[in-house]
Amino acid sequence: MMSATRILEGLGRFYIGLLLAFLYLPIVIMGLMSFNASPFYQLPFEWTTKWYEDLSRNTQLLAATWNSLEIAVITTVISTLLGTAASLALFRYEFRGKKFLQALLFPPIAIPWLITGTAMLIFFFGIGIGRGLHAILLGHVALALPYVIVVVSARLQTFAPELEEAARSLGANQWQVTMRVTLPWIMPGVIAGALFAFAVSFDQFVVSYFLSTPGQATLPVEIYAAIRKGFTPEINAVSTIIIAVSMGLMLITARFFRFGGEK
Amino acid sequence: MAGNIAAGPLSGIRPALPLLAPAYLWLTLAIFLPLSAMAFFSFMTDLPLSGKDWSFTIRNYAAFFSSGLYVTLLWSSLRLGLEVTLWCALIGFPAAYVLAKVLKGRSREAIFLLVILPFWSNGLVRIFSWAMVLREGGILDVVLNAILPFKISVDLMYSYPAVIIGLVHSYVPYMVLTCYLTLQAIDDSLIEAARSLGASRLQVLRRLIIPLAMPGLIAGAVLIFVPVVGSFMEPRILGGRTGTFYGTVIEDQFVAVFNWPLGAALSFILLAVVLVILAAASPVLRRAT
Repeated sequence: MMSATRILEGLGRFYIGLLLAFLYLPIVIMGLMSFNASPFYQLPFEWTTKWYEDLSRNTQLLAATWNSLEIAVITTVISTLLGTAASLALFRYEFRGKKFLQALLFPPIAIPWLITGTAMLIFFFGIGIGRGLHAILLGHVALALPYVIVVVSARLQTFAPELEEAARSLGANQWQVTMRVTLPWIMPGVIAGALFAFAVSFDQFVVSYFLSTPGQATLPVEIYAAIRKGFTPEINAVSTIIIAVSMGLMLITARFFRFGGEK
Repeated sequence: MAGNIAAGPLSGIRPALPLLAPAYLWLTLAIFLPLSAMAFFSFMTDLPLSGKDWSFTIRNYAAFFSSGLYVTLLWSSLRLGLEVTLWCALIGFPAAYVLAKVLKGRSREAIFLLVILPFWSNGLVRIFSWAMVLREGGILDVVLNAILPFKISVDLMYSYPAVIIGLVHSYVPYMVLTCYLTLQAIDDSLIEAARSLGASRLQVLRRLIIPLAMPGLIAGAVLIFVPVVGSFMEPRILGGRTGTFYGTVIEDQFVAVFNWPLGAALSFILLAVVLVILAAASPVLRRAT
């Protein structure tokens, strides 16, 4: 009886190991191939950093990387500011239509990006905003906002509104209450929201793809174009860097915002 | 609690407006107006720009229904979504169970993080990484030929199974996440009680655990099914010529054929399908989150 449980638990652990292998093996192999000398991914493995050196001279990819970083940083700043403000309002005030405003946050998350992206393309084109980096930024902020609001609101759930009332009754004005009482408490949520926003923007492909023009594209868009021309180890190199950056970023996020911890 | 706030000075929308307006105006400009514009545009003959003549038409929708091609493609995309969702449930549910009920403490936290970590890395790059594994002369080919005594050629690249594998890899963390959340909420003493009353492991699974975990399974299924039906980059990269789906046809209308009104109509039909699915699942989703 006891041993049957043991065996099943052992099998369970083994199964999780298999799942992790499934999730990580392709990524590891892609990374290894970026250090392999053969341009056609031939084995045996021969160590080289040639592809990274090529990458450092690829002005098109470098420009796209810079665009991606710039857009991700600006998206993070704008969506964190606007999203935190909206979360505070949704937390503090009671008004008619509040449920509706909260429900409005889900379509941007739930509707496939293909639909959102093509709709933005049509609308931005139609009203003269056009395509390019500014249009991509406009789209990214909209995609990141719901995530920020959801994450910050979750943190606000743990905040006792009596603290705000206490501060107010002690003579603090609304600005002081927000800056000295509420914000410090929800800061972990705000930081997590900001990192989410950065990840949403930095990894975004579909919406950027429809809003980009030649020369005004982000890194994933350029990678997609390169993949469709044919696989090269240079793509492996740039992909390996991207994966390392986003995973590192999420590990940092996890420190601020505990997914699935006790509770 | 809500009542006690409403009684104070903090009621009414007016004081909330300055904080709310920027975020919601942005969402309106970049999400809600574009979606409405797309609906409007799908009834036009041509772009209302560049001085061309245009008029209202239902030609774009007629094209969808009269040519069997688009209907067939929508079906194949729905089938793809169903297959990927089923695989994700089969693979993800047991993993979520082990995570919620077998592993404890720090190892649980670490493995949970490892499972959802790839999910936040670039989807395009992860799809590309499968090309390294599945192509002829790729790792799968090399390893299998090293193990097996006979020579076989493994070239799954540019095939339907390749698309399935790539999409399951992309979306299975969703299923693990949603199932984990509901499984974790099941009280262990319930399971112990059922066992001590003589239920077999299989009975406990079928009559107790799966029904209680159903909201998580359904939430995961919706979160996977909806984006997979709209996928186009994954079939393009891993499916090659066999990778023509509804999503790739929409992409073509916007970046290759430049028939935007038809593209808008096709997108809007997809949106309708998606909204029906979301509406049908929304009671369960609300309970699950």
